[in-house]
Amino acid sequence: MELTQEKLEKLREKANDIRTSIIEMLVEAGSGHTAGPLGMADIFTIIFFHTLVHNPKEPKLENRDRLVLSNGHICPLLYATMAHAGYCPIEELKTLRKYGSRLQGHPWRERLPGLETSSGPLGSGLSQAVGMALADKIDHGLTSSRRIYCLMSDGEQEAGATWEAAMLAGKERLRNLVAVIDRNNIQIDGYTEDVMPLESLAEKWRAWNWHVIEIDGHNMEEIADAFEKSKSIFERPTIIIAHTIPGKGVKEFERDYRWHGKPPNKDEAKIALAELRTLGGKIRSEHQ
Amino acid sequence: MLNPRLKLNKNLFEEKVEQIPIRKGYGEGLVKAAELDSRVVGLCADLTESTQMHLFKEKFPQRFIELGVAEQNMAGVASGLAAMGKIPFISSYAVFSPGRNWEQIRTTICYNNQPVKIAGSHAGISVGPDGGTHQAIEDIAITRVLPRMTVISPCDALEAKRATIAAAATDTPVYLRLAREKTPVITTEDTPFKIGKAEVYWQVDNPKVGIIATGALLYQALLAAKEFGDIEVMNLATIKPLDEKGILEFAKRCQKIVTVEEHQVAGGMGSLVAEFLAKEYPVPIEFIGVHDQFGESGTPEELIKHFGMDKDSIVKAVKRILKR
Repeated sequence: MELTQEKLEKLREKANDIRTSIIEMLVEAGSGHTAGPLGMADIFTIIFFHTLVHNPKEPKLENRDRLVLSNGHICPLLYATMAHAGYCPIEELKTLRKYGSRLQGHPWRERLPGLETSSGPLGSGLSQAVGMALADKIDHGLTSSRRIYCLMSDGEQEAGATWEAAMLAGKERLRNLVAVIDRNNIQIDGYTEDVMPLESLAEKWRAWNWHVIEIDGHNMEEIADAFEKSKSIFERPTIIIAHTIPGKGVKEFERDYRWHGKPPNKDEAKIALAELRTLGGKIRSEHQ
Repeated sequence: MLNPRLKLNKNLFEEKVEQIPIRKGYGEGLVKAAELDSRVVGLCADLTESTQMHLFKEKFPQRFIELGVAEQNMAGVASGLAAMGKIPFISSYAVFSPGRNWEQIRTTICYNNQPVKIAGSHAGISVGPDGGTHQAIEDIAITRVLPRMTVISPCDALEAKRATIAAAATDTPVYLRLAREKTPVITTEDTPFKIGKAEVYWQVDNPKVGIIATGALLYQALLAAKEFGDIEVMNLATIKPLDEKGILEFAKRCQKIVTVEEHQVAGGMGSLVAEFLAKEYPVPIEFIGVHDQFGESGTPEELIKHFGMDKDSIVKAVKRILKR
């Protein structure tokens, strides 16, 4: 589908709605992660509302693409995006992390139709995505149009299993596989380059025979273009290193690693919601 | 006497009883399972011949994936393949899989509920000369605690073949526990096998003790029974789900139980039997197995004797329990 200016504007609004939902659900839950979900909201919006072949009314659709969220702790974003796409009622987002909820603290595949994997323990998502891409290659060969997407954090680039999976994908030349790294430079203990330096990430991935694309993770057109370009790469899997701002959309939260693993309290949520609802002051009041 | 219904190997107690490695039965079973179902795929971590997966690889090269020394990745990749409708078998040494990759098995296979089949070769101390690093004697404990996991420990190569074919047909994760060395062939092509069904291999009229054995040590238990008399021997090939009905009947008939396994006593098959009987029908139990130690180098025979798991040690345990 063509990405017109009109559609781009709608997608930006959608991303803003999703960020608003994230704040609302986190303050209700009283625990959970804030920075990562806000930072990846633009990418999730493009994936679910533009790039992914899927049908929320038919989660088991035979020819659907697959989306593997490896860093399961940003699931408030996954749930919010799925709800806005129609996988579950938006009202259900308020049940996040509560007893009996389909929206577990970290995703549990069997609980919510549309979740492709359970996740949370870092460094395991790419392996599963590689398995899915291999299955598609075994069944449909090199001409398959199915895409397997895997979303990872930058922190989990410290996990050895990530590199085991990267090596195999390079060896098997999985052209149907696209991974995204949320390069927001933070993790629980601090800034990534203080905890465990990751750079140069791009060179590391090139070394394992991946096609590397670096983008501004908040530029909707760049995000959509990167996914589109990956389709033209034949002999290699593609990694999109998305430079993002953790906490994006709420000035008070942005770039502060302390927002990695905690939710806003009621007062902080009020500030955040006011900022999101007025699009950072671009519109005059949150009632418009 | 040997249970006639089970059509066991008549030459079992001959000096020249046929010996085949249990892992070989797995390799042959996997080929058969792959012939029966095109969804079967095989994954290996640089131990293709040693785990006998090379038989599958030669016949189905398009369905074989070599991952290199990367067992954690192997579990996750298998989960992804299963999510797309495949029936993946993953092969390595049990120390590495389900050992090294336990968390990936827990989260990506069991919690995800994907029907991946994990074949752990070189289980037990009878691995021999390789020494303690390569002797998995904790693998039953770490797999039986996982919800949804089926745990099977075949007694010989033919049972391993049948278990492998049966495992491919279930929709659950399965752990197949396999031994490295040649061991006596106890069963025949005609012996029945069903996941979850324990069978009494050696029967007597008025048993005083019942031995429950799993894996290749079943042979030592049968030797002990033949020598001592008044003993029945059960082959508990499926450790989980436990054949509760079969074990209850066995305990009621025998009144005293000796469990035999090439594994840590803590958390192993004997523990599982004890947990069940403590609740349903408490009887005295003696546990043959490794007691909170690591393995070491030696021949299988030397090690089985050293760790008190040979025929003589089993007879001693029977005598002990008769005094209780």
